[in-house]
Amino acid sequence: MTSQPFAVDLRGIVKRFPGIVANDRVDFDLRPGEVHALLGENGAGKSTLMNILAGLYRPEEGELRVNGHPVTFHSPRDAIEAGLGMVHQHFTLVPSQTVTENILLGLGRPRFRLHLGQFEAEIAELARRFGLRVDPRAKIWQLSVGEQQRVEILKMLYRGVEVLIMDEPTAVLAPQEVEELFRTLRTMTAAGRSVVFISHKLTEVLAIADRITVMRRGRVTSGGIRAADTNRTDLARLMVGREVLETLERTPFQPGALVLAVHDVEADNDKGRPALRGVSLDVRAGEIMGIAGVAGNGQSELAEVITGLRACRGSIRVNGEEIANRPPAAAIGRGVAHVPEDRTGVGSAPNLSIADNLIMKRYRRPPVAHGWTIDAKAGRRIATSLRDEYRIDAPSIDTRARLLSGGNLQRLILAREIDAEPRLMVAVQPTRGLDIGAIEAVHRIFLDRRGAGTATLLISEDLDEILALADRVAVIYEGRIQGVFDVAAANVHELGLLMTGGTADGATGATGTSAVGAA
Amino acid sequence: MNAGTAPRRTGLHWPVTIRLEQRLTVPRWLSPALTIGSVAVALLLSAIILAIVGGDPVRAYLHIFEASFGSIGVLSDTLVKATPLILTGLACALAFRMRLWNIGAEGQFLLGAWGASAVVLFPILPAGSPAIVVIPAMMLAGFLCGALWGLVPGVLRARFGVNEIITTLMLNYIALFWNQYWVFGPWSERGFQLTAQFPKEAWLPRLTDLADVVPLFSGLTVHLGLVFGLVASAVVWFILARSRWGYEIRLIGDSPRAARYAGVDIGRSIILVFFISGGLAGLAGMSEVSGVVHRLQDRISPGYGFTAIIIAYLAKFDPLRVVIAAILFGALILAGREIQPSGVPAMIQGTILFGLIASEVLLRYRVRIERHGMVG
Repeated sequence: MTSQPFAVDLRGIVKRFPGIVANDRVDFDLRPGEVHALLGENGAGKSTLMNILAGLYRPEEGELRVNGHPVTFHSPRDAIEAGLGMVHQHFTLVPSQTVTENILLGLGRPRFRLHLGQFEAEIAELARRFGLRVDPRAKIWQLSVGEQQRVEILKMLYRGVEVLIMDEPTAVLAPQEVEELFRTLRTMTAAGRSVVFISHKLTEVLAIADRITVMRRGRVTSGGIRAADTNRTDLARLMVGREVLETLERTPFQPGALVLAVHDVEADNDKGRPALRGVSLDVRAGEIMGIAGVAGNGQSELAEVITGLRACRGSIRVNGEEIANRPPAAAIGRGVAHVPEDRTGVGSAPNLSIADNLIMKRYRRPPVAHGWTIDAKAGRRIATSLRDEYRIDAPSIDTRARLLSGGNLQRLILAREIDAEPRLMVAVQPTRGLDIGAIEAVHRIFLDRRGAGTATLLISEDLDEILALADRVAVIYEGRIQGVFDVAAANVHELGLLMTGGTADGATGATGTSAVGAA
Repeated sequence: MNAGTAPRRTGLHWPVTIRLEQRLTVPRWLSPALTIGSVAVALLLSAIILAIVGGDPVRAYLHIFEASFGSIGVLSDTLVKATPLILTGLACALAFRMRLWNIGAEGQFLLGAWGASAVVLFPILPAGSPAIVVIPAMMLAGFLCGALWGLVPGVLRARFGVNEIITTLMLNYIALFWNQYWVFGPWSERGFQLTAQFPKEAWLPRLTDLADVVPLFSGLTVHLGLVFGLVASAVVWFILARSRWGYEIRLIGDSPRAARYAGVDIGRSIILVFFISGGLAGLAGMSEVSGVVHRLQDRISPGYGFTAIIIAYLAKFDPLRVVIAAILFGALILAGREIQPSGVPAMIQGTILFGLIASEVLLRYRVRIERHGMVG
């Protein structure tokens, strides 16, 4: 090894979970002052490896060294004391408390009297040094997701960590916030600290990392290559194990009849606060309309209002028929398919069989319905053919849905929703958490439906996905449509600005609605 | 990732590690095996307790068996005890399938008994009506009164989200006092806390009624209510397994949000399930007054509606298995008359429920014991 010890050195790490080897003799090292990206698909073992480093899991075999010294962690506290801190995908903050209180939580200070002023100043200074814009006195629930992430980072910096592990940090951020995060990370590495950056997005990894380690199925396929010496194509191949077509062929845009017309819709979220404030939209047959926005700006509510799951004010017409505030069955009966955001809680019944899950939307009609009974044979026949057609990988159609992997479960939901030959498809985050191969398959399905004349409302936080699939894109911010653009003419920077509440000069119809139809 | 299969650690670290790991697949045989296993463990635990307090567990168990299955006579008595348990057990199993915790089968039973009695005692039908009219009228009245008692918590839950555990529990007491009012008051026979005996036309036919034709049946009190129970069990099974509504019940039971997403009218199903659940318990009450007691009286139920909860669990909410579990508990109740102190069968029942609930863990997790040879 080199004269200067690695900040972190993992050798021969083995971690098994029932049925799989999550990490199979994995090596990973991190130099002081570098950003080392850990790239791989979901299930490749990235998070497991970093959870070992952060003291959450213990490996079955292998050695862990920090600054050259062998260590054994029994808990995240041990790891933090050794200078290693992790920011997880799901934040661990107390919503009703302030930023400062959250950062101090779990530390022995202040001892008894909550004289927070001094700590607030300390935290504000720390935040300023690393370019983390956040008000120490703000309550967590008042903060955007991006700001909450900054609090998590501050929490680790305040505890004096030298190595920051970030698990898929950009999944919840708008483009501008990503740039801001990158600036913070560079400030940190300039001060001699190091960062492990877990991601499956090639562009980001190439933009931020000094070195890249690629994992696939629990093994390292390429260890510590310099970002300057590689490119997207090579990385994608290392990650997936085969060539990946990154651009999909698409037929020219030929919009048909108006299918979905949303007019001046208002709705509240679960907490009773306004989530949609006068949304108007239209989607035509054979068109994919993307809804871009940072999480929590009314996207989920918009999907629920259209599919009958949430009450609203205003008008929603499908093929000219008013369906606002009708029960969900009304939307289903009118050919509205819904690929929901929450696949395990809403999109499937986890303890029912794959067959039962596949007939969820068609058990009311023949051939599955037989009078008031269910023709189980017909149901099984349909389930079997759907499983084969959509390659749902499961031992049998009697397997419980909760045993399916994320990609397979999403295929099940898509199979069910698309099999109904919908006129309108409302899809929320259809590829979140899926690996590249699965994403490619899902995208192909969307384009096929587009060719078949389905109107699609694609709600996604992944701007790249919208730009790859949609014909038009509407930006939503705080329950308002900030503008509608033709994707061919859209400017990423401008979209990003609108997503974070800014205004853009080039936006057509910044006042709201229908503008822009054909280019 | 892999959070779903991450091992749950217990505190033990030396010299072996005991870990609970989530099962990825549940073998088909495991569920019935665990049921039988936990009953066996419960009987063993009860035996130990019996031995500690100075009893002879072997003799006690033999006696329980003798007293409930030993001859055709006691077998008939066991089935008589099992009859209301089958119907109330079905009432609970149906509701529990949808995760509606109807613990009001007791009250619905009592109201059913009252409704059936009202047909005879008000009287709603003119005196001297033939059995062919009286019995169906009593069945209908019993079912409807129980169903009405189920409808109250059903509507409250479906429309206003009121917790059904509280409402069904409280309604039990109202039903109890309602019956007491009628038994002590308007329907009291010469001031005793029971009503006059029903006329023969209001009695459910018993096997012993056929003794003239088949002498073997002489003295066997098993009555038509058992047939109600068996038919109801088959009907509930068919509804759950084969009907569209049964599919909706299973969907709601597993995930109400998914059911709503699939377009199921959940409120309607809640109300309907409570209606039928209450009706089944009410029918049990009718069968008890018409088939066994032949009058309405205070303390008509030794807690059938509560035992039904255990039965539904023992049967894993399966309508067909309810019949088996009910017969088992019928035997235990019957043996309660023979065993002193009479608390013993109640203790065994309680231990069985504990065993069943505890065994749920093994259904979801696998216990792994490993020698301690890992790093750290």
